[in-house]
Amino acid sequence: MSAAGVAERVRATYPDVVVARDEASVSLGREDLLPALESFRADPALRLDFLSSVTATDWPGRDPRFWMVYELSSNDLRHRLRVKVGLHEDDLHVPSVTGLFPTADWHERETFDFYGVVFDGHPDLRRILLPDDWEGWPLRKTEELGGVDTRFHGAFIPPVDRRTP
Amino acid sequence: MSRVGGPRDGADARGLSATSTREVRQETMIINMGPQHPSTHGVLRLLLELDGETVISCTPIVGYLHTGIEKNTEYRTWQQGVTFVTRADYLSPFFNEVGYCLAVEKLLGIEAPPRAQVLRVLFCEMNRIASHLVWLATSGLELGAVSMMLYGFREREQILDIFEAATGLRMNHAYVRIGGVLMDLPDGGMERIGDFLQMMPGRIDEYERLLTRNPIWLQRNSGVGPLSAEDALALGVTGPMLRAAGVARDVRRDEPYCGYETYGFDVVTRDGADCYARYLVRIEEMRQSLRIVGQCLDRLREPGPVMVDDPKVRWPAQLEVGPDGIGNSQAYITHIMEESMEALIHHFKMVTEGVSVPPGEVYVPVESPRGELGFYVVSDGGNRPYRVRMRDPSFVNLQAAPQMIRGGLVADVIAVIASIDPVLGGVDR
Amino acid sequence: MPVERVEGFRSGRTAEQGEEEFERGLLLTTIDRAVGWARKQSMWPVTFGLACCAIEMMATGAGDYDLSRWGMEVFRASPRQADLMIVAGRVSQKMAPVLRTIYDQMPEPKWVISMGVCASAGGMFTNYAVVQGVDTIVPVDIYVPGCPPKPEMLMYGILRLHEQVRTEGSFK
Repeated sequence: MSAAGVAERVRATYPDVVVARDEASVSLGREDLLPALESFRADPALRLDFLSSVTATDWPGRDPRFWMVYELSSNDLRHRLRVKVGLHEDDLHVPSVTGLFPTADWHERETFDFYGVVFDGHPDLRRILLPDDWEGWPLRKTEELGGVDTRFHGAFIPPVDRRTP
Repeated sequence: MSRVGGPRDGADARGLSATSTREVRQETMIINMGPQHPSTHGVLRLLLELDGETVISCTPIVGYLHTGIEKNTEYRTWQQGVTFVTRADYLSPFFNEVGYCLAVEKLLGIEAPPRAQVLRVLFCEMNRIASHLVWLATSGLELGAVSMMLYGFREREQILDIFEAATGLRMNHAYVRIGGVLMDLPDGGMERIGDFLQMMPGRIDEYERLLTRNPIWLQRNSGVGPLSAEDALALGVTGPMLRAAGVARDVRRDEPYCGYETYGFDVVTRDGADCYARYLVRIEEMRQSLRIVGQCLDRLREPGPVMVDDPKVRWPAQLEVGPDGIGNSQAYITHIMEESMEALIHHFKMVTEGVSVPPGEVYVPVESPRGELGFYVVSDGGNRPYRVRMRDPSFVNLQAAPQMIRGGLVADVIAVIASIDPVLGGVDR
Repeated sequence: MPVERVEGFRSGRTAEQGEEEFERGLLLTTIDRAVGWARKQSMWPVTFGLACCAIEMMATGAGDYDLSRWGMEVFRASPRQADLMIVAGRVSQKMAPVLRTIYDQMPEPKWVISMGVCASAGGMFTNYAVVQGVDTIVPVDIYVPGCPPKPEMLMYGILRLHEQVRTEGSFK
């Protein structure tokens, strides 16, 4: 099915669907996430049974501030759908989809590592790419690029935009 | 354990007396295959719980190569993003570049000219061969076939010579740019690639003669690390690991890009779902890539532009490969310095400010040698990316490692990790 | 605030100066010359390939650019059997303690080559995740720039190190 076809099919239950650049995205509330993913997988016209990627984006000026992005695709029908869930920064919890898609395990750990989003129901939520005792959520827009204390000799390297030549 | 003369003093068949005060404890051993290890394909750490030689559980710990590439792209212009993204999965740099540029071009709503697309396919397929050669070389080395290391790198040098002549660099080329590719092939480039195509099939036959029916190779790989199709799909595994389980899923076939629907090639699958099947799939994929490269050469006979014409997008400089690498061509330097002030201003603005990409988000998958490499790119309308997320295939495929290793022997851990073909640069980014 | 960098404890004297002293016969005795020659003849590297530079290091060890001509193709997995550490690739914050541990486990005399710009100075990754130069952690003797350096560049760096080792004398 084309992106427009997928969008039509999804719009029946979840009206907040956008088609842009030949890609369909649906925005959901947090409580709809797990039922929606199950229904997308079970629906014979959609059959979205492969989860490619789970990540998040940070929009500091907006409300909700954090947006979870799930990329779904279908093995047989070869179409895609993007599912987005908005989260407020004082309530950064979202249900984990590892029960439905075991592949989300490390993706969710990475999103937790980078943004601090807590996945309820995840079997083992801890940092994956950064050292275990790292403080802060580096990919948030409020965090700087560099300028952290290097681990040795107590030196400080300022971030790229603030260095003198 | 049997005892001569039958059990005595109430001892059971294992020779342990019911009244014996000697305790026999079964302990499992936790062994750390640390990040510095010759056989883990990079800085991968595995925590193995062993019962004798059998692995009871395995926990991969990654992050020893985390470079902050995704955060760094948010602080650079769109074109500079290519140089960051290309170093993530460093064994297949062209694929990173192609995926990123396709995503940005989708956001811009432009398409690269046909010759640029053919060049992208050509270099991607040669990169696939080079990546599989490194896999073959290092897997052979780890399993003990040391001569495979030398053969693999010998052929790879031929490919890298072609890359160097065309792009100026052996690795991490930054050759594929937004709107096309950087330069056309150099003089004699097509003949060199043609010679390579003549030579390579014989060399692949040589590897097969060394390994495919080799009893040691078969024993080390056959039946080792099984991963069924259902498990693979549930764990999000793509690429040769999935195709070795019989699932014909290939992004070049399912969601073609760069004109892949017009090339004739087979999606290689096998049914074994073990390390040996993955080896067979990769060997055959090298042959299919040679087929595609041959077709690319035929299409390159007609000349054409390699960069899109839009002055707001195209990289302004004319570059050429000199004795010290890539640099602006003398003719272009004369043009901007002496002939045209506007050209100088335009060059300056394009290099410092860069392209402005309309707001939106896209997800573009490409088929890298390891599986589905996806780029989720978000733009907020400016000249810097807002978010670039790389869905790296090695990151996802490595999740399947515990499933494949559990229940096997310690020596099989090496074979399984080798057959996953992880590149830790892509895993950790 | 500038970053404090650790001097390679054999730096400060170029190969030319070493040669000059050698010719004047003031500094090196026959023992020194013999020891220096023996040390540089088969310097065994420890496998410390991290990222893209590691692939170029492997290519240097492979058939086309053969490290075996200097007895160096045996990359020892155990640091206790090695005397050269070629830090090839970007060192992340998580890897830094491991790097120091491996360096400490190597027996004296030992040398460090920092291969590539990421190991020498952080490279293009001037961010939170990469250590901006391994000389903040271990003393470095030779810096080989490049991204990644061609095998010929790495070989030149190795040969410069050999010259340094040969002419430095056996006391530190």
